[in-house]
Amino acid sequence: MSVFFLQRILTLVATLFAASLIIFLVLDALPGNAAQMLMGADASPDAVRALTVKLGLDQPLTVRYLLWLKGMAVGDLGNSYVYGTPVAGLIAERLVLTIPLAIMSMLITVVLALAAGIYTAANHNKIGDVGVMSLTQIGIALPNFWFAILLILLFSVKLQLLSAGGFAGWDDGIWPGIRSLLLPAISLAVVQAAILARVTRSAVLEVLREDFVRTARAKGLGKREVLWRHVLRNAMIPVMTVMGLQFANLLAGTIVIENVFYLPGLGRLIFQSIANRDLIVVRNCVMLLAAMVVIVNFVVDMLYAFIDPRIKVANL
Amino acid sequence: MANADAPLIEVKDLGVRLNTSRGPAQAVRGVSFTLRRGETLGLVGESGCGKSVTALALMGLLPDSAVISGSIRLEGAELVGLPDAAYCKLRGNRISMIFQEPMTALNPMHTIGRQVAEPLLRHTSVSAAEARQEAIALLDRVGLPDASKRIDAYPHQFSGGQRQRITIAMALACQPDVLIADEPTTALDVTIQGQILDLIADLVAERGMAMILISHDLGVIAENVARMMVMYGGTVVESGETQAVFTRMGHPYTQGLFRARPRLGARKGTRLTTIAGTVPELADLPAGCTFADRCAIVEARCRAALPPVVDVGGSHGVRCIRTDVSMADGGVVA
Repeated sequence: MSVFFLQRILTLVATLFAASLIIFLVLDALPGNAAQMLMGADASPDAVRALTVKLGLDQPLTVRYLLWLKGMAVGDLGNSYVYGTPVAGLIAERLVLTIPLAIMSMLITVVLALAAGIYTAANHNKIGDVGVMSLTQIGIALPNFWFAILLILLFSVKLQLLSAGGFAGWDDGIWPGIRSLLLPAISLAVVQAAILARVTRSAVLEVLREDFVRTARAKGLGKREVLWRHVLRNAMIPVMTVMGLQFANLLAGTIVIENVFYLPGLGRLIFQSIANRDLIVVRNCVMLLAAMVVIVNFVVDMLYAFIDPRIKVANL
Repeated sequence: MANADAPLIEVKDLGVRLNTSRGPAQAVRGVSFTLRRGETLGLVGESGCGKSVTALALMGLLPDSAVISGSIRLEGAELVGLPDAAYCKLRGNRISMIFQEPMTALNPMHTIGRQVAEPLLRHTSVSAAEARQEAIALLDRVGLPDASKRIDAYPHQFSGGQRQRITIAMALACQPDVLIADEPTTALDVTIQGQILDLIADLVAERGMAMILISHDLGVIAENVARMMVMYGGTVVESGETQAVFTRMGHPYTQGLFRARPRLGARKGTRLTTIAGTVPELADLPAGCTFADRCAIVEARCRAALPPVVDVGGSHGVRCIRTDVSMADGGVVA
């Protein structure tokens, strides 16, 4: 395990550094002076200069980059240009919504996808397979914001079961919070589940053609036992790879979905900060999203080694 | 158990029709044989001649779309048309199979101990600990070095020969009555082939199993089985005692197969003898003798209908209407 683990840790750290550099340079290269933007076009040059110094924007590029890295290391991300409050606090406030939302929609994705994928593979070319696969085809084609609006129309307007937007928070217990995240989580999950179901189906079908499946049948195992005991674990590697990649899509999707449902989450914070040119917030939020995606894929890599005994040995 | 002379496996007029991408194909027709306890039977022929399909039909492992006709009886009980759940109780328990590719026949994600113990846990009432002990004993018996230490290793940590030993241990776990070995040594190094065949022969003798050995290698068949069947185009073209078939080859195809063996001592550059033409497509087999298009002594009546099996003495049967020519001195000259 150790060499494999070390390799992956090094890759993780290198990727994070590269991401931070790219994020920093791209945001820095944006046209316009942040101080000028904040004070408006009519501000006096002296005032703009004073604010530039105050925000530290007069320092050389490398110094500002290193200061940012240092800040991330000690947890001080600076203050928002617009709100004047610490960026770390702003982000933390939003994460209590976005992280549960991401986890919920990932769970819905995985449950739907595995159920549909395994069912269709086990009933290959039968009516159930064709039916479910047609549904996934539609699922892939759905834009998530449009599907979100349909869900609101059905569950909030027509059936009046769930609220059309807003977030109840976690103060009154876990249930109101989950209720308000349910529709957004489903809207995010449907497209991802449709893709993952197709990946699962083809992965299971591929493993079903392997020789060891016939061996297992020759031992006297029924088709279902073979599927659960021998096939699924072998099919999980490609499924998990796609799951890791989908997590990135899912986070990107929150920016749109949080706006559709008026949820005060990270996605909405990014959206507003871009509109306000609150670049220090944008920079840290984007870095956080990048870190989440990289870390999730790191965990997926670790799970490979956990699932497939061949991976450890190949790297020892 | 039942009378030792009673047939253990009785196959009568077995036919298998498969749905292939080129349409329905009669992969096997008119295969009949009987095996008693302790008897060994070889199936020999080129790829696609129907030998593996015959084996899979015995195991009940053909795809759902396959249509099986005729009869397969295990100690009198009919297996054709048996529901899968009932067949599962026989597979790995009374009929076992060893496959050709040891590199892919084992699940890479499970330890070998788990895989060898699996049939025991499935078919007997032993505890997990007992099954594990039994698995170690089985792996010891098939000659896997350090079986007790390596029981928790994974298939990729073993060589091809060792893996084939593991699949043999797996097949033998429940002391089956019938062992089907489908090209068990084809994928192995020549040096290992003999060891594995000797191991299988020892185990068959030791446990009084009936064995069906499938191979395309005449040498393997000659040394390992008492009786043999030569298959071509889904039919048995010649069958009998191995000794008799090798000394008095009756079918032009058997003779061609024999001549096509590579031989030591031939002058360098000598071309190997081949049988002219190619194996017929199973999807459109000729009406008559399946070998007609490649046969040197073919006549018009060979193509009219599938020739009957001619008994040429001593339960040696040849499916050829020209045995008068083919079995004359020297046989057919290609």
